[in-house]
Amino acid sequence: MILKSATIQLEALACPSCMQKIESALKALGGVEQDTVKILFNASKVKLDFDEEKVSIEEIEDSIKKLGYEVIKSKVK
Amino acid sequence: MQYYILRNKNPITLISGILIAAAFISKLAIGRETVFHWSLIAASIIGAAPIAIQAYQAMRVKVVSIDVLVTIAVIGAFFIRNYEESAIVTFLFLFGAYLEQRTLNKTRSAIKELTEMAPESALKQMENGEFEEVEVDDVDVGDILLVKTGAKVPVDGTVLSGEGSVNEASITGESIPVSKEKGSKVFAGTILDNGTLQIVADRVGEDTTFGKIIELVEEAQDSKSEVERFIDRFSKNYTPAVLVLSFVVWIFTRDVELAITILVLGCPGALVIGVPVSNVAGIGNGARHGVLLKGSEVISDFSRVDTMVFDKTGTLTVGNPSVAEKEFYGDSIEEALGYLASIERESDHPLAKAVLEEIGDTTFYPVENTEVVKGEGIVANVNGHRVVVGNVALMEKEKVRLDEKAKADMDRLEKNGNSLVLTAVDGELKILMGVRDRIRPGVKEDLQKLKRLGVKNLIMLSGDNQGTVDVVSRELGLSEAHGNMLPEDKADYIKKLLEAGRIVAFVGDGVNDSPSLALANIGIAMGGGTDVAIDTSDVVLMNSDFSRLPHALGLAKATAGNMRQNIVIALGVVIVLLTGLVFGDWVNMSIGMLVHEGSILAVILNGMRLLHYRFR
Repeated sequence: MILKSATIQLEALACPSCMQKIESALKALGGVEQDTVKILFNASKVKLDFDEEKVSIEEIEDSIKKLGYEVIKSKVK
Repeated sequence: MQYYILRNKNPITLISGILIAAAFISKLAIGRETVFHWSLIAASIIGAAPIAIQAYQAMRVKVVSIDVLVTIAVIGAFFIRNYEESAIVTFLFLFGAYLEQRTLNKTRSAIKELTEMAPESALKQMENGEFEEVEVDDVDVGDILLVKTGAKVPVDGTVLSGEGSVNEASITGESIPVSKEKGSKVFAGTILDNGTLQIVADRVGEDTTFGKIIELVEEAQDSKSEVERFIDRFSKNYTPAVLVLSFVVWIFTRDVELAITILVLGCPGALVIGVPVSNVAGIGNGARHGVLLKGSEVISDFSRVDTMVFDKTGTLTVGNPSVAEKEFYGDSIEEALGYLASIERESDHPLAKAVLEEIGDTTFYPVENTEVVKGEGIVANVNGHRVVVGNVALMEKEKVRLDEKAKADMDRLEKNGNSLVLTAVDGELKILMGVRDRIRPGVKEDLQKLKRLGVKNLIMLSGDNQGTVDVVSRELGLSEAHGNMLPEDKADYIKKLLEAGRIVAFVGDGVNDSPSLALANIGIAMGGGTDVAIDTSDVVLMNSDFSRLPHALGLAKATAGNMRQNIVIALGVVIVLLTGLVFGDWVNMSIGMLVHEGSILAVILNGMRLLHYRFR
């Protein structure tokens, strides 16, 4: 298990229900540490920890994009 | 396909708007009912597509969002062939969302400006000694970096060589440039106005003061108060309840029109967005003016504060004492000053520093047989003379004669709030100095402003003796002032105030007052960008600037008021629409949607007023 933490900058989020959608989608993704998923509505950022052996940052980004939200930049540490 | 539709929401809105316009023009101008109907059908379908997709996504994660209500309403309108309603409602919903996005971005602009000040690149010294431009993420602690005129300092670091002046507005909110030379600390996100610096990186990325401020502000915007959490829970159950209600109405009345109107009227738009908008705008305003407010809970508590407790040293006063008054006795004063300076030069007592600064240039003599008398002073041999430096107790012990004039002088100086430093040479009093901490310029006026904002009790707590404390208190017009207090005494005192039902804010430097900062309802740290202050307090005044305090309190009050206004607007609209539906006949789906979108814009615009808040 290789735990990494990611900060993903999204396009500006406008509706509070967007947060719930993104949060549920990310939590459903295998390899994402469920308790670490945090959506910052006003900063339009997602913060989470994930296991790099199970899921890649690209897959995480894709699952957000599929919901119709643009990913601007992500940082993995 | 889904993705494509959602990405093109704005063109879709435009097309739907044009189709609706075309429909009405054709009906009114040329009387063609078929064109009218088909245009509206097209507008409904195009407009409903993105809403339906969002509704589907929400349902999949078990959220009954507003999209779900609107989608069902539009489908219902479609089935009863009310194309006019279905087209207009979808258009208004999309157009409203577009305006919301635009205006929301405005309210977030203050914080965006802040985050955009984050440095992106750095000139890093490579192994061959040359400087190369790299991304700021590639800089590690210990790297040597070059900062040129006009560039942003990329990390927190220490100047190795060069000099220049730096604009630290991003950290302190203060735009007067600060000069830097070898050994000075520089901070990420500040801008080098002129000069060139070579620095070594001490802290990088999110560990820098700037990184921490951004993180804090970003999280503060989203932190929710009790009221907001209530609204969240409310709207989570509210939307399904509206759905159920409209279904029940349909079962009993078989009136589809009425059922779908209820769906649209039930949208909780303004309520969900109203409070967060005020919050964001208020915190953004603060961030721009050197005031960090940690979230909406803090804002709501802070706005109700009736008692403010201040630490004295470093908060109400400048924090480094200086010689305010002095008296000389007898002759050979020049030599006496030289002896005094020579002794004080070897001491690290805070008063010694003040005395040395006062004397300035003088002749120094070798000091022998130095004896430090704890809490009283120093006795030493200088240039063959026995020199005693210290307080009255030490003078008496050393049998120094104090005449009537000296005694009167000492009384006067003490009354003025000075600590006394006496110097005797060979048993004869030569110099009397009164050292005191100056009151920060402007503090008196700021305290008056706080009173005007409704703070009833201004209390000062200090470790200094009661005499000094009383002098400061009289000068500032405080309600109460207590001296001889250790940090734990201060904490106990605050506990008592809280037990008496006061809402207390404690203002301190954040270093030795952490218990009090933590205990008070609101802990306000005068942090010159120090980590401790940023971490332990609820409100941070950057750059230790006391004059930000009235702005901070005024802003908190304005923001809390703004939130209340927005809640009233949101609830008022729902009540007006519902009474209109029950008792009148002017409410239909389109009007309901129009009023809703209008109220959402109203709360956002109301929130935006906070961006321009200034304390008068």
